[in-house]
Amino acid sequence: MSEPKKQLSRREMLRRGALGAGLAGVAGTAAVLAARTARSGTVWQLDPEKCIQCGNCAVNCVLDPSAVRVVHAFALCGYCDLCFGYFPPGFEPDDEFETPGAESQLCPTGAILRRWTEGPHFEYTIDEALCIGCGKCVKGCGAFGNGSLFLQVRHNRCLNCNECSIAAACPAGAYRRVPADHPYLLKGEDQKA
Amino acid sequence: MNRHATAAAVLAILAALLAGAAPAVERFALPQFKSGYVRPATEVPAPRADLYDWLDVSALAAALAAASYLAIRARSRRGLWWLAVMSLAYFGFWRGGCACAVGATQNVALALGGGGYAVPAAVALFFILPLAATLFFGRTFCAGVCPLGALQELVVVRPLRVPAWLEHSLGLLAYIYLGAAVLFAATGSAFVICEYDPFVSIFRLAPLGRPASTMNALGGSTGMLVLGAAFLAAGLFIGRPYCRWLCPYGAILRLLGRVSRWRVTITPEECIKCRLCEDACPFGAIRRPTGDWPRGERLIERRRLAVLLVIAAALLAAGAGLGWRLVGPMSRMHHTVRQADRVRLEETGQVEGTVDLSDAFYATHRPPAELYAEAAAVEASFARASPLFGAWVGLVLGAKLIQLSVRRTRTDYEPDRAACVSCGRCFAYCPIERERWKKASGGTNAS
Repeated sequence: MSEPKKQLSRREMLRRGALGAGLAGVAGTAAVLAARTARSGTVWQLDPEKCIQCGNCAVNCVLDPSAVRVVHAFALCGYCDLCFGYFPPGFEPDDEFETPGAESQLCPTGAILRRWTEGPHFEYTIDEALCIGCGKCVKGCGAFGNGSLFLQVRHNRCLNCNECSIAAACPAGAYRRVPADHPYLLKGEDQKA
Repeated sequence: MNRHATAAAVLAILAALLAGAAPAVERFALPQFKSGYVRPATEVPAPRADLYDWLDVSALAAALAAASYLAIRARSRRGLWWLAVMSLAYFGFWRGGCACAVGATQNVALALGGGGYAVPAAVALFFILPLAATLFFGRTFCAGVCPLGALQELVVVRPLRVPAWLEHSLGLLAYIYLGAAVLFAATGSAFVICEYDPFVSIFRLAPLGRPASTMNALGGSTGMLVLGAAFLAAGLFIGRPYCRWLCPYGAILRLLGRVSRWRVTITPEECIKCRLCEDACPFGAIRRPTGDWPRGERLIERRRLAVLLVIAAALLAAGAGLGWRLVGPMSRMHHTVRQADRVRLEETGQVEGTVDLSDAFYATHRPPAELYAEAAAVEASFARASPLFGAWVGLVLGAKLIQLSVRRTRTDYEPDRAACVSCGRCFAYCPIERERWKKASGGTNAS
């Protein structure tokens, strides 16, 4: 019994030493990490100030349709009757139009609802179930209007992949990890909320 | 009224054109509503609660404990198989493969890379817990916890034996992949492990629990889906190809598994060298007894080891040099460097027209010099990290050469500490083990 024990001893000692080193290494890594740890998780969000509405959000998400949708900061909206997030550029309205047909709308899926509020003012709401996150309306509103329409990752849809495939394809580098307790980068007054 | 608004819009268009693509704010005055209309608030649905992250961590800890118990104490292949099924269902199909120790390696590298990223505690635990478990119990994480391993484990049908030279060579890929993944994660360039994870698209096919957003199989990740299917098809005949030759986390676990406190044995009783277990292992992880090496060769062996050490040092230096040479191409993995390169080409008139990448920069109205400075800072970090990566590759090659030349004495058939994934297949193939089971069940009068 003592014969094989002796034979093993050097290798076994080396292994035990390495095990000790391994334990110390893992504990050390854990300790170093502990100093760079956030209690809360992170989620992906896109910065509307950096977004250039290239259309990648609509096609690069692992979900189809994408987890990115248009949101509307009503507090910034001018409630324009001729909204360039709603009508294609160069659109000539009839004198008495109410709600134009889908062919006269900018949105490819007719996801923006237009409703008269008062005077010359119209309210535009997004039907999120129809929105595909292509950003066409964002481009229109940003170029000619107040920029109250913008894209956001919707967290009731997002799978929160460790590496967001839209982020990897975003030419503007607009995606970043944000704390899960402040999961949106909203424009205007909503930022305070 | 409409004509009036049209005129206003035309003026606004002209103003917008004159001002370039200036950030848009309040071109139109915010209307003061008199009819009592209230502006709706913007809806902001909350993400999954943090609580669920801790549920994932608890599931991981429980699964690790169960796998270690089943592999080392209970020695139950059936138990491990069921555990693999459950892990695949939970971590794979339910969580969509994104509560993952393999990918967490990159979050840790990014946090340690010094870019100011704070790794979420749950992710840090996903990285640390399996490492700690491996130091105590060997690679039980791979046996029945990791969903990538579980998926491949369950599809092994008719494993072929892979020649030793191929096994050794392909095995190096995992270490090189680990080095590359750490390099690109630490520099904040990309998470390549996640981007090229062949199985995650398979996990996400399952509509389970995601009624609103069933993934379309022909969506953006078709290529990865095809790759995943190819890995699974290969996995029918080659046991766990991803785990053995690519998994970067597996590479760390191999190193730790070599020195683990406990480990899976084929049988706790004495081996009769029947070699049945060797045929049972689909992963080529069982090593034969060597017999005694002749003593006379000792001197030759030592001389060879000395030569190999010199070669290893040379490989390390060559790798570092090569890494240095590749700083340029490697740093182009980083968004800022790509953008700066493109903008520089356009600014110096080497290319005509703009692309989305450069348009995005022009839209920020920042001076190009600022972008160039940022890119230079990224390149500087690559200039430090890239030679280290090269040296790592050299070290891996050198260590392999030395490992191949060092002769170990084995008296029994044994699972290789690094390569064994603790699946427990060999238990039932060992006649001694079967004998032991019979004795145990006869004694307790239970099935």
